[in-house]
Amino acid sequence: MSDKQKRGLSVESEGKQAEHKSMLSRRKFMGNTLKTACGTALLGLGMGTYSRQASAFPAWAIRPPGALSEDKFSGACIRCGLCVRDCPYDMLRLAELGEQVALGTPYFVAREKPCEMCEDIPCAAACPTNALSHELKNIDDARMGLAVLIDQEECIAFQGLRCEVCYNVCPLEGEAITIEMQPNRRSGKHALFIPVVHSDACTGCGKCEKACILEEAAIKVLPTHLAKGLLGKHYRLGWKQKEKAGHSLVSPDIKHRYNLPEGVRYDYNRGGLELPPEAKLEQNTPFSSNPLESLKKLQNQENR
Amino acid sequence: MVSQAAKRQLPGQQAIDKKGWWLAHKWLILRRMVQLGILALFLAGPLLDVWIVKGNLASSLTLEFLPLSDPYVMLQGLTAGNFPTSEGLIGVAIVLLFYALVGGRVYCSWVCPVNIVTDAAAWLRRKLGIKVSSQFSRSTRYWLLGLTLVLPPITGAIVWELFNPVSLMFRGIIFGIGWAWMVILAIFAFDVFVSQRGWCGHLCPVGAFYSLLGHKSMVRVSAQKRDQCDDCNDCFVVCPEPKVIRPALKGADKGISPLIDEGNCTNCGRCIDVCDEDVFNFSSRFKG
Repeated sequence: MSDKQKRGLSVESEGKQAEHKSMLSRRKFMGNTLKTACGTALLGLGMGTYSRQASAFPAWAIRPPGALSEDKFSGACIRCGLCVRDCPYDMLRLAELGEQVALGTPYFVAREKPCEMCEDIPCAAACPTNALSHELKNIDDARMGLAVLIDQEECIAFQGLRCEVCYNVCPLEGEAITIEMQPNRRSGKHALFIPVVHSDACTGCGKCEKACILEEAAIKVLPTHLAKGLLGKHYRLGWKQKEKAGHSLVSPDIKHRYNLPEGVRYDYNRGGLELPPEAKLEQNTPFSSNPLESLKKLQNQENR
Repeated sequence: MVSQAAKRQLPGQQAIDKKGWWLAHKWLILRRMVQLGILALFLAGPLLDVWIVKGNLASSLTLEFLPLSDPYVMLQGLTAGNFPTSEGLIGVAIVLLFYALVGGRVYCSWVCPVNIVTDAAAWLRRKLGIKVSSQFSRSTRYWLLGLTLVLPPITGAIVWELFNPVSLMFRGIIFGIGWAWMVILAIFAFDVFVSQRGWCGHLCPVGAFYSLLGHKSMVRVSAQKRDQCDDCNDCFVVCPEPKVIRPALKGADKGISPLIDEGNCTNCGRCIDVCDEDVFNFSSRFKG
């Protein structure tokens, strides 16, 4: 082997070494990058999964007025607390680590301090991200949740006792909560004064829940999606369709027939039973010609 | 636990001997005053009912007219598909402009409350002479930054704010801390025992965002009198991002400017403090 050849060989091997070295470092770089990428992806998976769980908003907490729907809210709220600061009644707070509400987001608890429904909605106005929508101009249009008279067993109105506290504290008294009278079947002669919430007016402010006289409120503000049902879109209510059209949309109404003695009529709107002008009913029965007589007789017997 | 290293002189001792304690801690003290001052301004409202600033670092309103918003958290919201209000945008613009001028990571060393924790951890680490450190790349933070911007469009939520120790701590102090102090403690322990400058120097995506923001900032530390350097190594020891010093300090013969032209320099000024030869000073990108 000549000198020249030798030199050539050594140069070649040096070149190979350098190549080998750069390959090694490249391999190391690739390896490290891959490691970091995998680690980051794994971390992302964990964080993403946790965030799905963490943003499940508990039903006992209520977002301030104007809050976007919960899935949008978690992408909009930056947890700055400006809404908390601008609430003149100091009823909002930011969730701390360890609470069930997504970390740092604002909420209130109706039973502790309900929304006072300020006309200028300062909390929403303070929000820099529209997580509390600035489009809400009238506080009566707020839908923080929906009050539901959730326990009709404990609510004392259903026991026939007069209460109506929820009705009286409601900022939209007579619209969001009305009192509907029902017969008291227990006493047989009194009325039940039942509070009824109307979803078209209730803002979910929580004043009723706060004011409920029970130890645990019978009326509670729930997230609207928990409180409301939804009729299938294809459903049509016959009487509404009839009203809209001005006439029945199916074949003409058949007159309802009652099995009554000849000549006697029944009309709900005109006060019930109608006897013919001259009672032509047969007299050879132990019963009076007036069917109400026999009822009265029965009642008298009972009273005795 | 105390090793040889701890028995050795701590960094900055020469500077203290030469300049006196106060001058050798000038920027550190100023920094702490600014950090705690900002916290105090936010706390004055809820504690003393003096409302100068309200909100927190994510978004605030000063004297009822100056909005300031964190561009990083707003960007996460944006990637989640939410557009801020005009006030929010003005707040972002002001903050962007400010940090683009004074240096993005000025946020880290002059504002962020976690910095006090990790600086304390670094100090304790030096004091105890702990050398073991789990090594991972300082670029990990950019991966995490990417992750925090990718997660919002996938999940629809600002995911990082469920974890972010920076906002966790700052918001916690002002609005109620809950269990967040455990996170702070964990970061402290991590920095002391697991990884040197682990959180702020390697992982924190907030710092990563601000380093990108301040990449071409005006205010810079310069090793103007680098010819006076006596290789005592103190600046490297105290610097939270020691990589940024070398080119400026040692690059004279390679024709590298003495300006520390690196987005990751936090402009904390500790190198200025601990140098007894006064090699470093605050300068601007134009002066060099």
